[in-house]
Order: sequence, then C-alpha cells, then structure tokens
Amino acid sequence: MDGKSLLQVRDLNVSYGTTPALKGITVEIPDKKITAIIGPSGCGKSTLLRALNRLLEDGDDVSISGKVLVGNDDIYDARNDVTQIRKKMGLLSQQPYPLPMSIFDNVAYGPRIHGLKSRKMMEDTVRHYLTITGLWDEVKDRIHEPAARLSIGQQQRLCLARGLAVEPEIILADEPTSALDPKSSQKIEAEFKKLKDRYTIIIVTHILRQARRLADYVAFMYLGELIEHGPAEQIFNHPQHEMTREYIQGVIS
Amino acid sequence: MKNKFSARRLEESLFKALMIACALIVFGSLLMIIGTIFTRGIGSMNIDMVTKTPEGGYYLGKEGGVLNAIIGSFILTIAAAGLALLISLPVVLYINVYAGKGSRFAVIIRMSLDFLWGIPSIVYGAFGFTIMICFGITASLLGGIITVALFILPIMSRAMDEVISMVPRELMEASYSLGATKYETAFRVITLQALPGIVSAVLIAFGRGIGDAASVLFTAGFSDRIPLSLLQPAATLPLAIFFQLGTPFPEVQERAYASAFILTVLILIISITARLLTSRYKKNIVQ
Repeated sequence: MDGKSLLQVRDLNVSYGTTPALKGITVEIPDKKITAIIGPSGCGKSTLLRALNRLLEDGDDVSISGKVLVGNDDIYDARNDVTQIRKKMGLLSQQPYPLPMSIFDNVAYGPRIHGLKSRKMMEDTVRHYLTITGLWDEVKDRIHEPAARLSIGQQQRLCLARGLAVEPEIILADEPTSALDPKSSQKIEAEFKKLKDRYTIIIVTHILRQARRLADYVAFMYLGELIEHGPAEQIFNHPQHEMTREYIQGVIS
Repeated sequence: MKNKFSARRLEESLFKALMIACALIVFGSLLMIIGTIFTRGIGSMNIDMVTKTPEGGYYLGKEGGVLNAIIGSFILTIAAAGLALLISLPVVLYINVYAGKGSRFAVIIRMSLDFLWGIPSIVYGAFGFTIMICFGITASLLGGIITVALFILPIMSRAMDEVISMVPRELMEASYSLGATKYETAFRVITLQALPGIVSAVLIAFGRGIGDAASVLFTAGFSDRIPLSLLQPAATLPLAIFFQLGTPFPEVQERAYASAFILTVLILIISITARLLTSRYKKNIVQ
C-alpha cells in the first residue's frame, strides 16, 4: 500500500453508559477493496460500522473517543460538517428501509437534498444507479410506484442504488443479506464484486462463507476488541491468533 | 383430572363471554346514542334545519334552522385545528428528532402535554376569556379559535407523538446516511412515514374540538347570524344544542336532537373521509 488509505480508525473507544463496546480499535481500511469485519454476535462489529459515519452520536448515553479519518478529516472533529462526511459513505442496513416514497424519489432523495435541480439530469442519475444495481429493467415501467411494493431483495438493491446516488467513496454494509433469500443475497454479493473497483467497501457479516467469497481484507473482532486483521488469504489460512483460528474453524461462534 | 379440566374450560368460556359482553356494550352504546338522537330528532329534521339560520322566534318554535351553528362550528374548528397543527407538528418533531430519546426536555414536554390534556375544557374557556379581556377582545370567532386550539393542542400532539415515535430508527438513519440534515429527515421522511397517523391525530383533535361546548361558551359567544369577520361572535353546534334543550318548548327540544344528529353525522363524514384519504397515503409506508 503506497501512502495513506482513505479510511483510517485510530484508537477508537466506544461505550454505552459504563459498558465498553469498542476498545482501542486501530485499523487502516484498504482502498477499493472489500473488507469484511467478522466475529461472533455482540462483538462490536455493527457498533464499529456505525461509528464510522457518526450514526452513533445520536444514541443515548454513548461516549466516543479516538479518531476516524476520512482522507485528512477527522469525522469526530466538531468543526466538520457531519452531513458532508456521511455523504461520502453509503450505508446498507440489515433490513432494507426504503424511504416512504416512490422508487424514483428514493434514488433522487440524496441528489435532491444535495442540490441537484435539473429534471433531465435527475432522470439520468436515477436511471444510471438503478442500472448499476441491476434494478432498472425490473422496475422501469413502475418507477413512480411506491418503493414499499418491491420485493425485499429488490428493496435492498434500491437502498444500494440510493446510497450510490450521492456519490460516496465508501460503502458500509451491515449484514446486508441477512434478511434476504439466497437468490437475492447472491445478487447483492455480485453487486459488491462489481463495485469494488470503484468503491471502498466494508461489510459486517457473521456468515464466514460470505466473508470467504467476498473479502480481500478481513478484520476479526471479539468482545469489542480487534483481535487480528490482514489480507483475507492470511486470516483464513494462516491466522496468527489462537482466537481467530478457533472462530474460523468453528470452535467458537 | 376430568374435573379440573372442566373447571378450566368453564373459566375460559366465562371470560370469553364477559369480554364479548363488554365489546357489545361499546358497540351497543354507539348504536343507542345514534338511535336516540335520530328517533327524537327526526320529527324536526327538515331541509330548513341545515339551510336556514334562526329566524324571529326560532327558540319559541317558529321558522328557521341551525345553519349559523353549522357554519360557525366548521370555521371555528377548522381554524383551531390548523392553528393547533402549526404548533403540534414542530413540538412533536422536536422531541422525537432533535431531542434524544432520553432527553430531560422531551420528558418535561410530554409531561406538560399530559397535564394539559387533563385540564377540563371549561377551564380553557375561562382562561381564554381572561386572556381576551386583557387584549380587549369580546366573545368572537377569533377568541373561540384560539381557545379551542389551546384545548385540542395536547390531544393532537400526544396522538401525533404516538405515531412519530414509532417511526423506525433505521429509516431515520437511512436518511442521515445520505447526508440529510435532521430538518430534511423530519420534514421529508418522518412526516411522510407518519402521515396517516398525523391525519388521524388532527381528526381526533378536530372531533373533540367541534363537539365541545364549554370552551366556546364564553369565548366564541353565540349569534343567530353567520359570522362575517373574526371579531364577530359565532354560533357553534354544541351551544345550539344546549340552548335549544334549555327551552321549555318540546318542538324546540326536538330540534336540539335534530342538531345533535347533524353534528354526529358531520363527525362521521369527516372521519370516513379521513380514512379514505389516509389509505391513499398508506401505500408509500414501509411497515
């Protein structure tokens, strides 16, 4: 890796009330690759993901210390505009949550709040991102129908298109296939593989096979600590840490 | 064994019967109220009731109708509900979106609303009247609007709070993660998601407002004419019912029931329209 990577986490600590959730996480996320965060449930993977675009500060009773650097900006620096930071990162949650509006307006929502006015350009944008996520042919005749009428797999791809439409550099995905059927999951995974040339993707998953299929880089977490991280091949075949080995072999889960 | 089994079955059927009986009391009282006002008012129900204002000697049993009160009630309550909405929506969005869930300020606001909800409408009437005296306003449409708006504000806000606090946190986060501000999230996403609930909150409040007599007694006054300005007194249906029932003449009392019937039908129409309207918006909502 030459130079600094786009997204860096430095000594990040998060606690809910007095319960620590993340303990001193320091990691550099490789650019334009898929990084999988794995670990048993409750290990803090989702917390880490949500800390990356400052969604955590809104919760009750959360205390956060440390730095998350995007380029040269620390996102926890109060001088930085949180909306501009979040715009750089698309978020895909476990359950797709389409906005309560039409398919078109879902994708147009982001560009619209960031000031895109021209109707022609908006139509092109919506079409472009729906095509990228493989949804255009399925929905082009009912683009003004409510997004809630799509199947759950289509909704998840719509949420991806909606996230991409604000032109982020990073995609954060929190177990994005856990609510989907196998076929829809496969489509989402295929999307990620296509997208990794252009985006830095971080996916939280508890499905080891999914991590094996997708990840270039893997971070293993356990009880709020980042136990080990490195290239996927190394983590899966030659884990350095006893705990990582046990998790990968299925001794602990 | 067998004995115990049948005792439990008896218990089961007894409670089932009790619950059905309670449900029937609810439905039965609705039917009886409508039946009573219908049978007692039908004799006086005629087209004049809804197309004419009281003419000379109306309260002695002569010609006329209650159009003044129908129009008065409508203008007054629509304006009051609009005014209450202008205050409720920002309050509710503030406590749900801006103040965190455990925020002390939000707790204080919710407690105040609950407390305000419990204050009887006659007290709002007296309060409104006192305020009006301070500003030198006499009993008028304006006074009635402000008082009724204050009276229905907590009802509307709390009903709205119920639905807006149910909006999934993930939906708000989806909007935030696209770089939306809280303001954009509140007005472009949450309001849409909660729209059916907001509409029904407004209508619950409207129903309470249009049916209340005590809050308008001193503040809106009463007039046989249709109000032409905000500063003129305005008649309302509950007071029209009250005054007609208070006369010693059976034919005028009968008209009170006819007026009650009109009021009930109007509320029914509004609530049915509201349901139709909300079902149009429901299609966008993510469950």
